[in-house]
Amino acid sequence: MSEDRGDKPAAAPPQPAGPDAKRRGLLATMFGSWLGLGFTAFGAAHGLWAAAAARFMMPNVLAEPPNRFKVGFPGDYPPDRVETKFKERYGVWVVHGAYRGRRQIYALRSVCTHLGCITMWQAGEQRFKCPCHGSGFYSDGINFEGPAPRPLERYAIRLADEGQLEVDISRTFQEELGQWSDPASFVAV
Amino acid sequence: MSLGDRIRNSQLWRSIFRHPPPRDHRNRVLVVLTNLILHLHPVAIPKHAVRLSFTWCMGGITFFLFLVETITGVLLMFYYRPTLQWAYHDMLALRDVVSFGGVLRNMHRWGAHAMVIAVWLHMLRVFLTGSYKPPREFNWVVGVALLVLTLLLSFTGYLLPWDQLSIWAVTVGSNMARAAPIIGSDSRFVLLGARSVGEEALNRFYVLHCVAIPLAAGFLMALHFWRIRKDGGISGPL
Repeated sequence: MSEDRGDKPAAAPPQPAGPDAKRRGLLATMFGSWLGLGFTAFGAAHGLWAAAAARFMMPNVLAEPPNRFKVGFPGDYPPDRVETKFKERYGVWVVHGAYRGRRQIYALRSVCTHLGCITMWQAGEQRFKCPCHGSGFYSDGINFEGPAPRPLERYAIRLADEGQLEVDISRTFQEELGQWSDPASFVAV
Repeated sequence: MSLGDRIRNSQLWRSIFRHPPPRDHRNRVLVVLTNLILHLHPVAIPKHAVRLSFTWCMGGITFFLFLVETITGVLLMFYYRPTLQWAYHDMLALRDVVSFGGVLRNMHRWGAHAMVIAVWLHMLRVFLTGSYKPPREFNWVVGVALLVLTLLLSFTGYLLPWDQLSIWAVTVGSNMARAAPIIGSDSRFVLLGARSVGEEALNRFYVLHCVAIPLAAGFLMALHFWRIRKDGGISGPL
């Protein structure tokens, strides 16, 4: 850390360079001269701008539909009803069906468990059919044909205070993990 | 071997920087010549020619503002959709609900104003110092083209907020284009893509503002800077 190096003009006699050449400390380099101070401020300003730009890229307002929405009263769903009108906006089928012999209303996610295409309800054959690779699911969501490796997923559903069914698409339940016995995944009827 | 030497001797470092650290005169020159950013600047400049009182640094400031406009403009494009349904709302959203959106939008707007002022002052300085005289007369012509492109960038950007001020300003501006002899009404038709200012005009101005004019200006700026060197370097006081 001697004072005889660093700020000498270009015409100074060459110094012996090598592994034993004296180095300045990092802090001295960053803050020890106007040039160092300038570059430090330059770098700090760039760091702040990069952070601000990263925050800018995260939207604060979404045009997507909300995670929770009402789908009507349990009485609107007669047995074996597959309601398709919420699929377009929310990607959800609301079904009054049976699982392991119990009558339930549940909300099935319309995304195929194979590669993520959107399945269709075929009322004539009482099955969900994937247009991409032909996977088929019964109205309870269990896969029975094609490459889909597991059943469709359920979204959380509950009875809201005023008696309407309310679906929450921020939580999913998978049959093969035993999550369909969770009372949050169905409404018993 | 110190950490700094280990980094400087690594294959990664040496594949990017071909020369030893700039500790002697020869390597200082080589570092400037072989670096893309640094080589834009000459290795050596006469000291009297870059006095601030002589250059006002207005050309450099104009280029800096162009870079500011490019960076803030690209960021604004992430939130802006040039359609009748969304243009005005996206502009309001940038102002009101996007984090740092107001800062970026105002930087873009005030930077555009400052760029027009800086480019005029640059032109005035070049005129006052006689720097347009031979052998630099062609670079003056390139500079005039860049002035026009700067004004067109401001004009096309003016429509994009899609408020009343924008629409009627561009209505007036495109009617001025119609006043040109012979090609007047055709040039207005091409500019707007329709008979009045609507969604087609918004899309055309958007593409002109974000792609076409910046590309043309970028090319002419490269030519402008290159010609400074080829015409004998920066002009100095006589």
